[in-house]
Amino acid sequence: MSTVTTVGAPSVSSPTKRPTAARRRRGRRRLWSWLRGVTIAVVCLLVALPIIWMIAAAFKTNVQVTDPSVGLVFSPTLENFRNAFADGAILGSMLNSLIVGVLSTVLSAILAVPAAWAVGRFSMGRTGSLVLVARIVPAISLLVPWYYLFAQIGLVGSYTVLVLSHMFVAVPLILWIMIGFFEGLPIELEEAARTDGLSAFGSFLRIALPLAAPGTAAAAVLAFIGSWNNFMFALILADENTLTMPVTLFNFISYASTDWGGLMAAATLMTVPVILAAIFGQRYLVAGLTAGATKG
Amino acid sequence: MPSPTVAETPTATPGPPAQRATTRSGRTALTFEQANRRLKWALLTPSLGFVALMIIFPLLFTLNLSLTDAFGAVNANNAYIGLQNFIDALTDTRRFWPAVWRTVYFTVGAVLLQTVLGLALAMLMRKAFRGMEIVRTILMVPLLATPVAIGILWLLILDPTNGIANHLLGFVGIPPQEFLGSVSQSLPTLMLIDVWQWTPMMTILLLAGLSTLPEEPEEAALMDGANAWQRFRYIILPMLRTTLLTALVLRGVDALKTFDIIYATKGPGGGSGFEAETLNVYAYGLTFDYQEYGLASAVLVLFTIFIVAIVVLLRRRTGRTSA
Repeated sequence: MSTVTTVGAPSVSSPTKRPTAARRRRGRRRLWSWLRGVTIAVVCLLVALPIIWMIAAAFKTNVQVTDPSVGLVFSPTLENFRNAFADGAILGSMLNSLIVGVLSTVLSAILAVPAAWAVGRFSMGRTGSLVLVARIVPAISLLVPWYYLFAQIGLVGSYTVLVLSHMFVAVPLILWIMIGFFEGLPIELEEAARTDGLSAFGSFLRIALPLAAPGTAAAAVLAFIGSWNNFMFALILADENTLTMPVTLFNFISYASTDWGGLMAAATLMTVPVILAAIFGQRYLVAGLTAGATKG
Repeated sequence: MPSPTVAETPTATPGPPAQRATTRSGRTALTFEQANRRLKWALLTPSLGFVALMIIFPLLFTLNLSLTDAFGAVNANNAYIGLQNFIDALTDTRRFWPAVWRTVYFTVGAVLLQTVLGLALAMLMRKAFRGMEIVRTILMVPLLATPVAIGILWLLILDPTNGIANHLLGFVGIPPQEFLGSVSQSLPTLMLIDVWQWTPMMTILLLAGLSTLPEEPEEAALMDGANAWQRFRYIILPMLRTTLLTALVLRGVDALKTFDIIYATKGPGGGSGFEAETLNVYAYGLTFDYQEYGLASAVLVLFTIFIVAIVVLLRRRTGRTSA
């Protein structure tokens, strides 16, 4: 903002033009909005370029990847993706990530969406604190007991234990987002439905839930991405058959650090769903991400 | 508005609407109320029960372990050694305290930078402009992307010999840097990666906060001749306080616990010289690489207390206690 005032100063002292106050203000505003546009564009480039660089590298040969003078213009190869798909570990762990992500998200939503409605409608403000507690506790302090406990019942390495651990993150997340969402819905519709003879639960199912569909979708997508990205739980609780993508990717760094192209192809495959979510669900996801942040 | 203060006594006002509704519909309203309470708990118990089950037993387990000499196995005949693990941790100036300082340094540095940059960007994006949707889409990608993938991607960019970063620095005459390969630059580099990934989150949170602010105070200040900086400093910033502190708490907690990116880029122990070993990485190594379950649990208990203390401190500053 200070730039605007300093740049505006010479035009004031310029004797030939003698601009009126209004024109000066208009000029300043135009300059300001130009500066604003340029700054935003630069920020976007800074944010996007590393991702673009990763995707580009996935289409490069290993010689091109390690030669920084090969920029973004090169003849692309699908070799890395072909190798990635030929490698059973990557395809298998992608499938594992998908299974664990979908199961944990669906189950969490079934648990948490009705609960969020109950909190939103019958106002129990303290529930939010419990959600916060689940976010605060370092996950490592839970992992040893979980491992011990689930080993007792022979579940370590199974999908069940991965789904349960991911649900531990997803349930509070969906609760947190949906409480705010239900609180924002007008209560009058549900009251009207109830005077027409619908039970309280009926008014949730038939009135509130359909209205909350966008919020639920956003919460579910964020929960799925959380599960998709989760590294630490699978690192400890999975076995070689249930390994999820981030762990496979991590293992790749250690024993395939020279295969940059392959690594980038795998990382790109991981990032594609996320980019799609950002493109198609941007508005709802923003609402989900900022839920509860402005209420204090 | 002139109000008839004398007539405004409790007896003079008509009964509250709820009360009238009850008298009109009588018995049904009462059973409604009871049914609602039962329904409320029926819907809430599965979620709360699940989270509580997953958290209460493990925390007690960890607390119990922290008082034992558990090593190699958690269920062997471990002897209770009182607070010895805590004493060991708190007097350990080789691994524990450096890890504490690295955690603080990383968190404070990264979150402060994110907040300042995020707020500046949010102020820039405050008024609608063409392409807003596209910009927001771009901003969403880093914060939704997989941290391990982000780590790998920056390993490529910052590779000391083959990375594009040093190549670009060469154009402006800056000698090649070691980045994640060096002891002194690892943590600052990780901080910058964190800033890259999470500044957009700050922007999105603060934009949401800015959109809820009333316009009148700012307009009034404009009328009174306040310049842009004054309006920001004395009008917007105080009104944005709640959102700002909530964002700080959310981001701060996550930054304190940062694990994936550090572990993916620096490996166990935060590098061979422990140069990027934060408390979380330290506790992870103690637990899963060294099986020092007793000591690890003590470190985790201390770490949890540390995080809770910071959250309580920050939340108290918001002047509100409710979540």
